[in-house]
Amino acid sequence: MMDDLAILGFGPDGWAPLLLKGCLLTLAVSAASMAIGTVLGILLAWARLKGPRWLRRAALVYGVILRGVPELLVILLLYFGLPSLILSLSETFGWEAPGLPPPFLIGSVSVGLVSAAYQAEIFRGGVGAIPRGQFEAARAMGFSDLMCFHRIVLPQVARVVLPALGNVWQFNLKDSALIAVTGLSELMRTSLVAAGSTRHPFLFFGVAMALYLVLTTLSSTAFHYGGRYSNRWDRG
Amino acid sequence: MGEHLTFIGSVTAQLVRAVPVTLLILAVSGVCATVLATGLTAMSVARSPLPRLVQRTWTFLFRGTPLILQIFMIYYGFAMVPWIRHGILWAAFRDPVFCTCLAMTCCCSAYIAEIFRGALAAVPRGEIEAGRACGMTGFMLLRRVIAPSLIRIALPSYSNEIIMMTKSTSLASTITVLDITGVAQQVIAHSYRTLEVFCAAAALYLLINATLSTLLTALERRLDVDRAPTPLAPIPPTLEPLS
Repeated sequence: MMDDLAILGFGPDGWAPLLLKGCLLTLAVSAASMAIGTVLGILLAWARLKGPRWLRRAALVYGVILRGVPELLVILLLYFGLPSLILSLSETFGWEAPGLPPPFLIGSVSVGLVSAAYQAEIFRGGVGAIPRGQFEAARAMGFSDLMCFHRIVLPQVARVVLPALGNVWQFNLKDSALIAVTGLSELMRTSLVAAGSTRHPFLFFGVAMALYLVLTTLSSTAFHYGGRYSNRWDRG
Repeated sequence: MGEHLTFIGSVTAQLVRAVPVTLLILAVSGVCATVLATGLTAMSVARSPLPRLVQRTWTFLFRGTPLILQIFMIYYGFAMVPWIRHGILWAAFRDPVFCTCLAMTCCCSAYIAEIFRGALAAVPRGEIEAGRACGMTGFMLLRRVIAPSLIRIALPSYSNEIIMMTKSTSLASTITVLDITGVAQQVIAHSYRTLEVFCAAAALYLLINATLSTLLTALERRLDVDRAPTPLAPIPPTLEPLS
């Protein structure tokens, strides 16, 4: 029991600092992938709703593929597949051969690409919830497309999609654990290393589970209050 | 180019041989998770607080942590627990396929139970009251009134969850199971041709998911009572004059 406390503590043999650092890295990589997913998701939703036919179809295919392929495979493909592609390209063109890509970048991009496919569906649904008359009214008032997006679409969609985005965030947070396969020392990877080197897998995986529960609970609370705040005018 | 195609062909053949493993994990954990989720849903509407607390804790625990961590906990963590390591359960817990199925059953049952719970709340109260008024009780009410509505309401979300589960089976490869992803990684270790192999694996997953989603959509359509069973024949634009 005392041993357990020593290896979990902040002492010289303790893993607490590394685990907490892992938590921060998990949050950072999830936030980065969420941001990538939101930007790309909005673009995809726009492509699905207003793009020319080929773009509409491309966005649809993107969604079908990224929502139908395991996240783990996407990460593996980007982390191990992309360098081999770049390598063969650089051989063809005589560039200098690059090494393995940075895990943080690849991790957040691959989780972000998957996240974008889900977020695009959410944004599409959110825009669908706005009455058509409002777009017509905006056009009648002489709003440009950008102004219509900024003044009419964004404020209302943001409110409607917030709970759904909260769900996506939870999935991102959990998918970020898969980035452990690239060796990025986020929470999952750190607990794996700790479990391996101390031979206490039960203890460390248990602690990692508890830390993930803290992260998911805190963020779901944050989204709950965020939702209440964004609906503050909508109660009477 | 010819060599390239031969390689992709042989890789695909190797990957296809791993499809049964993926489908086995999916089928076992899908069935077990659905049964468990039904139990959890029943617990969530129980009168006494204890089953409700158990259901809520279960959901909190398994939806709040990553599945990969649960799999590692069951496969590596439980192996260090003395009474599992030296008990009769060890025969099961040393098998990575069993551990994956167990983790996926626990995790996905939490998600499916939430879907069922939402659907149960969406069953029109009037229907249940009408059933009661007709003298139905307990099991008959469940079978004749609640279940038919509940299944129809839950099916779209349930289909989504099954697709999610198919994707989750790839995590089995992280604990040495040779499913599609596992075999793909093995092939890459020999051939160093990552891109082609992973793309072939991705295509297989897409194929499985497309098949599943087609089947489930067909089921959904079949169960949809609001839709006319046979579409009405279109009215011909001009009627032939009666003579």
